[in-house]
Amino acid sequence: MSKLLDLQFLAGHAHYLLFIVLMMTGLFIVVDKTNLVKKIVGLNIFQVSVFMFYVSIGKVKGGTAPIFPMDDKYHVDTAAMAGQVYSNPLPHVLILTAIVVGIATTSLGLALIVRIRESFDTIDEEDILAIEQDMTREDNKKHGNAMGGLA
Amino acid sequence: MDTMTAIYVAMLLPLLAMAGNMAFSELKNVRDTFTLLCAMATFGCILIVLSNVGNGITEPVSAFTVFKGIDIAFNVEPLGLMFALIGSGLWILTHVYGVGYMRGNNESHHARFFACFCIAISSVIGIAFASNMFTLFLFYEILTVSTYPLVAHKGTPESIRGARTYLAILIGTSIALQLTAIIWTFVLTGTLDFTQGGILEGHVTGWIVPVLLGLYAFGIGKAALMPFHKWLPAAMVAPTPVSALLHAVAVVKAGVFTMLKVGIYIFGIDFLAQTNASEWLMWLAAYSIIAASVVAMFQDNLKKRLAYSTISQLSYITLGMALATSMGALGGGMHIAMHAMGKITLFMCAGAIYVKYHKTEISQMTGLGRAMPITFGAFLIGSLSIIGLPPLGGSWPKFLLMTASVDTGHLIIIGVLMLSSLLNVAYLLPVVGRAFFLPAPEGTPTKFAEAPLLCWLPPAITAIGCIVLFFYAGSIQTFLAPIVSVSP
Amino acid sequence: MADTAQVVEHTARTLRDHLPVLQVLVPFVTAPLIVLLGSRRLAWPLAFIASAVALVISFIMLMEVREGGMLTYTMGGWAPPLGIEYRVDAANAFVLLLISLIGTVVLPFAYASFRDEIKSRDHTLMYACWMLCFTGLLGMVATGDAFNVFVFLEISSLSTYVLVAMGADRDRRALTAAYDYLIMGTIGATFFVIGLGMLYMATGTLNMADMADRIADQGMNRTVRSGFAFIMVGMGLKVAMFPLHLWLPKAYTFAPSAVTVFLSATATKAALYVMMRFTFSVYNPDFAFATNTLEIIFIPLAVIAMFSASFVAVFQTNFKRMLAYSSIAQVGYMLLGVALLTDTGLTAAILHMFNHGLTKGLLFMGVGAYVLRANGSFYTQIAGLGRKMPITTGAVVIGGLSLIGVPGTAGFISKWILVEAALERAPEHAMFLAIAVAIVLSSLLAVVYVWRAFEVLYLSEPDPNSTATEAPLMMLIPMWILAGGCIWFGFSTELLHDTAVQAANGLLQGSQGMLVIPDQGGAH
Repeated sequence: MSKLLDLQFLAGHAHYLLFIVLMMTGLFIVVDKTNLVKKIVGLNIFQVSVFMFYVSIGKVKGGTAPIFPMDDKYHVDTAAMAGQVYSNPLPHVLILTAIVVGIATTSLGLALIVRIRESFDTIDEEDILAIEQDMTREDNKKHGNAMGGLA
Repeated sequence: MDTMTAIYVAMLLPLLAMAGNMAFSELKNVRDTFTLLCAMATFGCILIVLSNVGNGITEPVSAFTVFKGIDIAFNVEPLGLMFALIGSGLWILTHVYGVGYMRGNNESHHARFFACFCIAISSVIGIAFASNMFTLFLFYEILTVSTYPLVAHKGTPESIRGARTYLAILIGTSIALQLTAIIWTFVLTGTLDFTQGGILEGHVTGWIVPVLLGLYAFGIGKAALMPFHKWLPAAMVAPTPVSALLHAVAVVKAGVFTMLKVGIYIFGIDFLAQTNASEWLMWLAAYSIIAASVVAMFQDNLKKRLAYSTISQLSYITLGMALATSMGALGGGMHIAMHAMGKITLFMCAGAIYVKYHKTEISQMTGLGRAMPITFGAFLIGSLSIIGLPPLGGSWPKFLLMTASVDTGHLIIIGVLMLSSLLNVAYLLPVVGRAFFLPAPEGTPTKFAEAPLLCWLPPAITAIGCIVLFFYAGSIQTFLAPIVSVSP
Repeated sequence: MADTAQVVEHTARTLRDHLPVLQVLVPFVTAPLIVLLGSRRLAWPLAFIASAVALVISFIMLMEVREGGMLTYTMGGWAPPLGIEYRVDAANAFVLLLISLIGTVVLPFAYASFRDEIKSRDHTLMYACWMLCFTGLLGMVATGDAFNVFVFLEISSLSTYVLVAMGADRDRRALTAAYDYLIMGTIGATFFVIGLGMLYMATGTLNMADMADRIADQGMNRTVRSGFAFIMVGMGLKVAMFPLHLWLPKAYTFAPSAVTVFLSATATKAALYVMMRFTFSVYNPDFAFATNTLEIIFIPLAVIAMFSASFVAVFQTNFKRMLAYSSIAQVGYMLLGVALLTDTGLTAAILHMFNHGLTKGLLFMGVGAYVLRANGSFYTQIAGLGRKMPITTGAVVIGGLSLIGVPGTAGFISKWILVEAALERAPEHAMFLAIAVAIVLSSLLAVVYVWRAFEVLYLSEPDPNSTATEAPLMMLIPMWILAGGCIWFGFSTELLHDTAVQAANGLLQGSQGMLVIPDQGGAH
């Protein structure tokens, strides 16, 4: 049986704990806040936690930046390469793409909020919900009785 | 014309009639004559099939492979051939009658009415010649869907409600129960072909047999086995030609026809007898026969009374299958023909009364017989045939069923059949008695004033048909015999 | 599968070899082209040509792989697993065909519908967005690289949010619908990325085939397992799997009609495909935990979706919204087929994907035609339109019957096979018998909600002030193409059924289906 609280394990995985905290913070903001802009902020925090998670998994113990060492003549210095350990660049590259996607999402979300503000005159979710419920109620009053109530 | 071509043509002709109806929707006489010609040609095609095949059983011919193991395929066998003959033959009469009825009543939506009618006939022929359960189910559902607009025809809240009940029960039972049963059969046996002696033997045992039979028996909602019978009275909101052809002949007979097909070709009579799986069905059918008759006695609306009578009579056929003997199955098969002839007469008479005097309740018909002697005369003959008195066609199937009950040692069933005949007397004859013998109240016409010719001639013809069938019952029995002989 | 192994050259040489990438590239290039040309007159023809080309490509590819085998394409000649690989077998070719078929058929309809519903200055950008969405969906399905799936998923999602929001011209609730969808969709996609990250940690590769191979080598561990959970939840959001479906009704109801047609027929299907690919190809379905997840979690959720969403659909007063709820229920059928974990079940799911795509596309097009002519799709607004718009309503009736699963329609075939799949497993456990019964019972609810619409369309009196006339030809032709498809595939299922069986077999062989690594790639 493993110990109830394996401190060494926790310390070794501290960065994961941080991501989890960050991720949950982001998700909590998305769920809890009624202000639409704040929701987007929450979403960003949530996404960033994932970016950091990716960046961290590329890290190799003792590894340096994954750049080929060059000699004077700009050839790859094979001698210097021997025994060298590099970080994995692939997750970083992946996350560049994800960051771009995140920016697109954020800007689209903000643009939507602008449009929502124009047509609802508020960016508070609860107010919007109330307006929409009124609209639904009106729809029902107008259209709820097809076929003389038979439908 | 070879047999398969004749079948295809017979299925396409009603659709041609439908197209004609749409094309000539404004030219009343052209339209109706065209449909009549199509109806006659359809009947002609079935006669060609009859002369080609006689009472033989042909090999299935696949028209279309849907997916592996499932085909749209047709073949000819006596039961189906008889069903097709009845359906298409009575279509001619009903069409003539329907023209008279619709014109006499100034009903609207002529084109939609006759178009749906034609699709229904086409699917009846499909059901009759289907050589596997998949094909049969396909046309069974087309029949349900195409008759729905006919029931809802008037568009009043009452008819919409009636049509909903109709659809809910028929679609509900067929999808929830029958489809499950069919797919289950397919999973168990890998085939759905109608095979003499059944396909299930050797694939299922124990409790599954009665359960599967139950799924089929209740799933075939068109057979109106209690407790899934409510759609039939509900469908009586339809115009009378619909009630006459569809709810006395096409739809309900499609139901019991399917029931017989399942009993004979899916389970196999011998398999049912061995496993005793159908015994519960027999008792349920017996209960249906009595209960529906009792309910019929208390109906004042003539069409509703006839509807309950139909429920009771349909259970005769289910009973015939459930007895699980050759004689029972033959009796059931023969009853399809006899009851169709008798019941369509009664419905057409009810419609004729409605067209002329707009009376629907039996209590309003007191003394009306003096004005409509032909209609009520035909009604009397039809009633006697339903009751099963010689010399009318209806007497033979009852005789066969009774023989079958003796064979299987179910003497109580004989009692049920006899009681049912008495109940038939009690709910059918008073209608005629009232019309002929009770003094007419104020305002009821007593001088001879019949419904339009097109409304009283068809029931008169079918009434004569009831008498004729009595003398040809032997031929029908010989004709149907191959369906229960195990050797192909 | 050694017979399908083929040595792939570093660069593909003929046009035929380029098909997998052209499938995605053609619409992808069209999108910026539309924006750059900026011509409102050219936008639609360009989009239509690109879709038609995509359709032809997907059809050729399906014909190539329907007997088994696969087409692979290495991006830029970089060999997998390092390079990005496109890999098309029967399963994705089938989904690609569905997406490009719907995309092509819907465009003429969209032309007529957009003119009515969208301000004309937005048309050009609208078609560009449409093409991006189309690209994203095709790319998600065609690629064999896990991270590429995410990229294309986001391309399609982002453009979808825009397309949905464009419904604001008619009803401002489209904006909040799009916003909700954006939040939910992004959470879903991010979950998917987390799952991918874990898989990458465990396997060190992003090529799905390679990934499958390595997971099979190392067996289960906690990282791989939690990766599975994240991927399933993320994709579940996109599929609108109950209870992650909350974004769907609102988005479908308020999006422009043509957008709803397109999304309902393709978006959830593409996501479902990804789900199946990960469940069966990347993870081995023999892993007990995967089996258990599917059987213990998916089956109940699917059954609940079938009933609850259908039940809600019964009480809707808006035809479009009713159809949206029905979609959730239908997704339940597909998930059920997946979760049955048999050849037949998976065949049913794949077939239902296609058939439901046709059916729902047709029905939502009907809604679009009503919106055009009667200015709305509430039951009071479409009352009696059966007489005023007989050709449109005729097609809607066919679609409705197919949705119910009446024999003779495409919907019947897939429901038949699904019930068959459940009954096949009945000897194992009586639960499967109950599931078969649940499938047929829930389709009875479909009868109720579809029939309500039929009655309103045919039996109630039309609004006396209504000036509705038959829909334009641009709408009728696409509708009747799909209606014809609904009938045709109800009888002739040879092409669909055989391909679906092939696809199901390929998927169910699990990682073996992906094991063949061309040339120098693969397991080391």
